This record gives sequence, C-alpha cells and structure tokens, in this order.
Amino acid sequence: MSNGELKVSKIRNGTVIDHITAGMAPAVLKILGIDQGCPDTVIVAMNVRSQRLGLKDMVKVENRVLEAETVKKIAIVAPHATVNIIKDFAVVQKIPVELPHELIGIVRCANRNCITNVERVASYFVVESREPLRLRCHYCETLIEGPYASVLLL
Amino acid sequence: MGGGIVQGPKLDWHGKDIISIRDLSREHIEDVLYHAQQIRPDPSLLQGRVMASLFFEPSTRTQLSFATAMQRLGGRVIGFSGTEGTSIAKGESLQDTVRTVEKYADIIVMRHPVEGSARLVADTVSIPVINAGDGANQHPTQTLMDLFTIKKFHQRLDDLNIGFVGDLKYGRTVHSLAIALTRFRKIQLRLISPANLRMPPSVLQELTGTVSYSETDQLDLSDLDVVYVTRIQKERFPDIEEYEKVKGAYVITPKVCEMLKPNAILLHPLPRVDEIVPEVDALPQAKYFDQVQNGVPVRMALLKLLLLGA
Repeated sequence: MSNGELKVSKIRNGTVIDHITAGMAPAVLKILGIDQGCPDTVIVAMNVRSQRLGLKDMVKVENRVLEAETVKKIAIVAPHATVNIIKDFAVVQKIPVELPHELIGIVRCANRNCITNVERVASYFVVESREPLRLRCHYCETLIEGPYASVLLL
Repeated sequence: MGGGIVQGPKLDWHGKDIISIRDLSREHIEDVLYHAQQIRPDPSLLQGRVMASLFFEPSTRTQLSFATAMQRLGGRVIGFSGTEGTSIAKGESLQDTVRTVEKYADIIVMRHPVEGSARLVADTVSIPVINAGDGANQHPTQTLMDLFTIKKFHQRLDDLNIGFVGDLKYGRTVHSLAIALTRFRKIQLRLISPANLRMPPSVLQELTGTVSYSETDQLDLSDLDVVYVTRIQKERFPDIEEYEKVKGAYVITPKVCEMLKPNAILLHPLPRVDEIVPEVDALPQAKYFDQVQNGVPVRMALLKLLLLGA
C-alpha cells in the first residue's frame, strides 16, 4: 500500500470482473462456482473506492474465461460490472455486461406453483426494467424485483 | 343494450391467443366487446369446427359457458373435466397432451391449476388457445365479460368511479380487471378491504397513467358507478374469530345499498356465499346475474374472432 492507493496483484491469464456493486463479490463468486475446491488463484477486493460507483467490489480469477451465460448471471447481481479477459498480464478482450431482454434458464421462478417448477420447462423471464431490476415470468407473470433475483439464480 | 358499442379499427385476430389481459390493448378489448354486442346464434358460422375443452379442474360456469358459446355458433365440443382416467393421470406431460389434442381440434380452451400452464400450451401448439383460468394467475375471459357488463350499463369504460370490495389480495378477478382498466381514461378505484387482504404492491405498481386509487377498510359505496364484490375466504385467516369479525364488515345488505347511486351497478364474479345477501338480488343495482349471462356472447365473439380472424 502506498499513497493511500489499493494494490492488488495482477494476474497472468484469466478474468478480471471489475465495478461489481459493493457487497456483491460473494454473489459473483457463487455464480463462478468458486469454493474451497478451486485450485486457481482468486483475488477478491470489497468496498474499494471507485469514481464511478463510490464503492465497488472486484474479483480476479486466474485460468478462467467466462461463458456468455455466466456473464448474464453477473449482470443480474452487478449491472455495472466490466469483464476483462487477461493474457500475459494484458487485457485482450472486454466483455460488456448487459442484461438481455429475456433470460432463459438463468433464474428460477419464485412461484412454486409456476409451470416451470412443475413440468420440465426452462424458466423464462422478460426483463421489464434493468434499474431497478424487474423480471416478469413469461409463464405465470410473477414479478421478481431487485436483489431477490440473485437468490433465485440457477 | 344501451348506447351501443361502436366498431373501432378492424383488427386481425389470426394466430392470436387469449392468455392474459396484459396481452390485450384497448383496441383489442373494444373489438371483443363490439363483436360480443353484435353476435347472434348462428349454427352455420363455426360449422365443422371443433373446440377442445380441457378442464384439468372442474368449473361449472366457465366450462358450460364456453360449450354453449361454441354450440350456438354451430361448432362441436370435445374434451374432459377433471383428469381421472385420462393419460394425464398416467403421468403424461402437459405439452405431450396438447400436442395430441391439436391434431383433433381447431381451438383449445383450457383451465389448469398450475400458473403459467396456458402460456406454455400457447407456445407449444399452433392452434389458438384461450385461457379459462391458470391457477391464481389469469382468467382473461372473466375480465372481458366484466368490462362488457360495465360498458353495457354505463355505455362507457372511461371516466368511472369503481369500488373493489373484499379479498383484493388473492382475488385474481380484481387484479385482472384493475390492470385492464389502465387501458382506459379517468378511472378512480376505491380499494375496500381488510388490512391483511389489500391489493398486492405488484398490482398497485401497474396502476399508472390514467388510473388513480385509494385504499380504505370502510365499506363506503357512495359516489361509485361500479361496485365489484369478491368473497373473503376463511382459509386466508389464521384464526376463525378474526375471520368472522372481518367477514361481517363487508357484507352487502339492502341497508348498505342505500348509499349506492341509483345507476350504480353491483357485480360479483360468482359463486357468492354470504357476502351479498339474497335480499339484494331484487334491487335495481344488482347486476351479477346479467354479468354471468354476458359470458356467453363474449365467448362467442372470441371463438369467432380467433377461428375466423375477424
């Protein structure tokens, strides 16, 4: 630590997820499936000062490239996040994190009597609003709002 | 019929389903009501057409009303009521059941206890589907007949004071009607219910634009053009004493009706139990049996529009 700046090690190859909504890094780790069995280096920073967000979280994972479905899930818990793919310490690709208009098989419907929880049918939500987050089930029309959606991630 | 319903722009109904009131614009609603007003029994209109009536749970009025509507237009009805003895009882999926049915029928009318089932069926088959109730979610033809009844007696669906009374939390008819009314102008809703049975925030959130609302637990029916009464069910209360106390506060009696405007109309989706006492039936404002009768022309109009396209 010098000049009051936060120093976080760089990673050689992997993914940096920056500008995560403050406090949501654990939810991002859960989406990435990172637990005690993870063999690679994972760096987590929480409540870091950010010009854009005030405070932010950040996650760096070595040897991991995110799939499109994973990025959609991250968009639910951290709509302002940026995903950078790193090779040999350099950013080689920036993946925009943006919620699509429809989410299929990403979030479970909260209504236990929804057809998607009764028959073998993929969940299907229409994004009515990105901020604040509002998802409506295409089938049973149940509305899911805000952080509750992160609890329902499949 | 009073002042009549004027035909708006011609709409193409080909390929459309009736699943949720949320799918219907003002123009679509008005087109259904116009055709419901115009339609007369005609045994040649849908001759040779088959309606599959799939009632995974029984419903006296809705099922009979759809069957009557189809037969008055010359069509035939196949189907079942309850799943006993069917392939569903053997564990067949809903999608497989309706893929089979679409080979036999020209239109599906379905009631099912699971929410979202009607939309799934509409996405699965290529013939039109009418939702006759999917669990606690939607029952759009009920809403259309409610709107038809209001239009019939007031000759308008704009500029109305409407009171909802009773269970506004679980009653799907009032949720759908409230959402449908957002298509119209200058609607004032008075939401009259006990505190634990208020309209859910998710529905209130949709009441934007030209609908304004107020909430009260007082049974004040003054100045209303329409009073829509729903049943308060015992199972919604944790203890029976609380239920008895609350239930008694929302019973419509001739005395309560003294505060009604002479041209107000009293509606109820039926069946009623004791929330409207039988003595009220004779009052000029009691229109709930007219409302149920309007189910047939509204459903005749929908069958015609979906099967013939206009």
